[in-house]
Amino acid sequence: MSETWIILGATSSMARAFARKVASTGAAVLLAGRDTDDLAHLALDCTLRGARLSEVLGFDARQPDGFAALIARLDNEPGTLNAAVFVGSMPAQAEIDANPALIDGTVTDSFTGPAHFLQLLAPLQEARKGGTVVGVGSVAGDRGRIGNYVYGAAKAGFHTYLSGLRNRLTRAGGHVVTVKPGFVDTSMTWGLPGMFLVATPEAVANDLWKAVTKRRNVIYTPFFWRYIMLIIQHIPECIFKKMKI
Amino acid sequence: MTWKSTTYSGWGRVLKATGDIARPERQSSLEACLTDGLVPACGMRRSYGDAALNNAGRLIDMTRLDRMLDFDPESGILEVEAGARIGEIAAIFAPLGWLPAVMPGTGLATVGGCIAQDVHGKNHHHMGSFCQHVTTIKLRQAKGVTSVTPDKTSTLFRATAGGLGQTGVILSAKLRLIPCKGDVMVVTERRIDGWEGFLSHLDQSTATYSVGWIDATATGTALGRGILEEGETGAGLVPKRVKMRKVPLDAPSFALSAPVVRAFNGAYFRRVPASGRTVVKPISDFFFPLDKIHDWNRLYGKRGFHQFQCVVPLASAPALRSMLDAIAASGLASPLAVLKRMGPGRAGYLSFPMEGYTLAVDFPNGEAARTLISRLEGMAVAAGGRLYFAKDSLAHGADVAAMYPDLNIWRNICAKADPEHRLMTDMVRRLSLRSMA
Repeated sequence: MSETWIILGATSSMARAFARKVASTGAAVLLAGRDTDDLAHLALDCTLRGARLSEVLGFDARQPDGFAALIARLDNEPGTLNAAVFVGSMPAQAEIDANPALIDGTVTDSFTGPAHFLQLLAPLQEARKGGTVVGVGSVAGDRGRIGNYVYGAAKAGFHTYLSGLRNRLTRAGGHVVTVKPGFVDTSMTWGLPGMFLVATPEAVANDLWKAVTKRRNVIYTPFFWRYIMLIIQHIPECIFKKMKI
Repeated sequence: MTWKSTTYSGWGRVLKATGDIARPERQSSLEACLTDGLVPACGMRRSYGDAALNNAGRLIDMTRLDRMLDFDPESGILEVEAGARIGEIAAIFAPLGWLPAVMPGTGLATVGGCIAQDVHGKNHHHMGSFCQHVTTIKLRQAKGVTSVTPDKTSTLFRATAGGLGQTGVILSAKLRLIPCKGDVMVVTERRIDGWEGFLSHLDQSTATYSVGWIDATATGTALGRGILEEGETGAGLVPKRVKMRKVPLDAPSFALSAPVVRAFNGAYFRRVPASGRTVVKPISDFFFPLDKIHDWNRLYGKRGFHQFQCVVPLASAPALRSMLDAIAASGLASPLAVLKRMGPGRAGYLSFPMEGYTLAVDFPNGEAARTLISRLEGMAVAAGGRLYFAKDSLAHGADVAAMYPDLNIWRNICAKADPEHRLMTDMVRRLSLRSMA
């Protein structure tokens, strides 16, 4: 059965590692993002790693008018259609505090933009009776914290959306994996203070691929973040509100 | 954040530097790092000393610019970004019947690093050095990007091959891959009882790949005993490599004390039956045996370690024997010691190889080891040999000038390529490599 993956936000290092993984299985990869010059390099790389086809598509989460063209392009491919969403933006909370208008962009990038896209894709997946969606959320979405609660809120919204989408696609033989990465060694976290137990993008991509093949629902990566977040989620609010973690 | 302030070290963990490192993930972000002028680049920092350190300055980590861009199955030429790792190229291409023509002892070395050190492999006697199989280097210089080739821009090419990154930032390169039978190695291991036997076996070996492990603690009649490994590529099925092992913490210093190393080496020697044996293993196990243990440099503990590697001309083999004598008598060596025969192949003015024998021995860092290494360096120079920049962390500038006769030519080209001296690294400063004589 021929597989096609569209990777949204393919310039991120996590997405790059995942695209390479997908390419090595021989699937078609459509690399969607804003920096199409850079993605052209990744597309060549994916071809050499075994992708049946690799192609660059322009995608901006804040420009939903462009989504229909991507969906049409996907519809041209035979077989199963899959999507992996790596888009998101995390301005420093202090910047948002100074300029609340940044909330809109953050929510669009991390939640409503990709949700809008997946909403357009879902009918195709239902019609073809299958397909997987990998949605990358964040441990930040598990509980609002003073350090990045706008980003956290956007990701929490995305988690809830993915849960609903899973409920919907399961009926048609499809599947949704919600991924909650902890700290990953990307350009977003490069040089940030307070990083610990940082995972490589390759390790995260391996976890993602395993979750796809085993049809897992919600994964934390690396796995121990499940337990860290379990503790954080169970701190009573009356205590949590005074903490700074 | 673009620049991260950090303290970092070379693979030997003795020499350290503090400065700002950027790790761009796209060509455009790399360009953004270079707007104020050129900055030295580094790869996986597998050089033992200070070749990839820039204390109190900036450094660009190229490891995320690691994509393969083009492959022509007619000519076997692969175009690849500088941060791509040799082991990954081998893992992808060997099953398709291609291998990088030259692979260093770690698959974690990047293409950019292999060029900057003009590395050699276990087939040096047949295939020469890494850059002899590089057909184009894309170099970012102060004025823009230059395509450097061995024919059209031969002097710049020779200054860049093994040129320690001093001619510009290596962006990408075209490598000529060689055909191989598959991703399996058929390896013949035989015990060698002593020094003379080792040399004659190395001289007579006709294998495509050959490398000798030497017991640097053996003395007397056993001096120079070891194991000769000869390998050919093959196709077939072998068990996949076991999971990567990690070294969870710095080992205590007694882990590599003389009695422990002697016992280990004895067992390692006897592991191969007296009659020898032929085994089949994944290519990565043959070419990159230590990559299985992530961060193996921590086995040397906090103090770090040095590797002494020199090459001496064939006729100076007795001098190499005296060095081994001195090493064995000192009882300071670690189990990691390698003896190889090299051919004449070298691509750059500062390339390490020369036709002869090369000896590489690791030593845990310490006063006695440093004294011994400086004695060994003196012996290497006297024997007409030279030291390897990828390994060195202790040499002095005066010795280097004697070992690298083309140093002045290289200096002149670097002075033109980087007139503001922005690409200098700790090693270049320590060895006064770019100071005009």
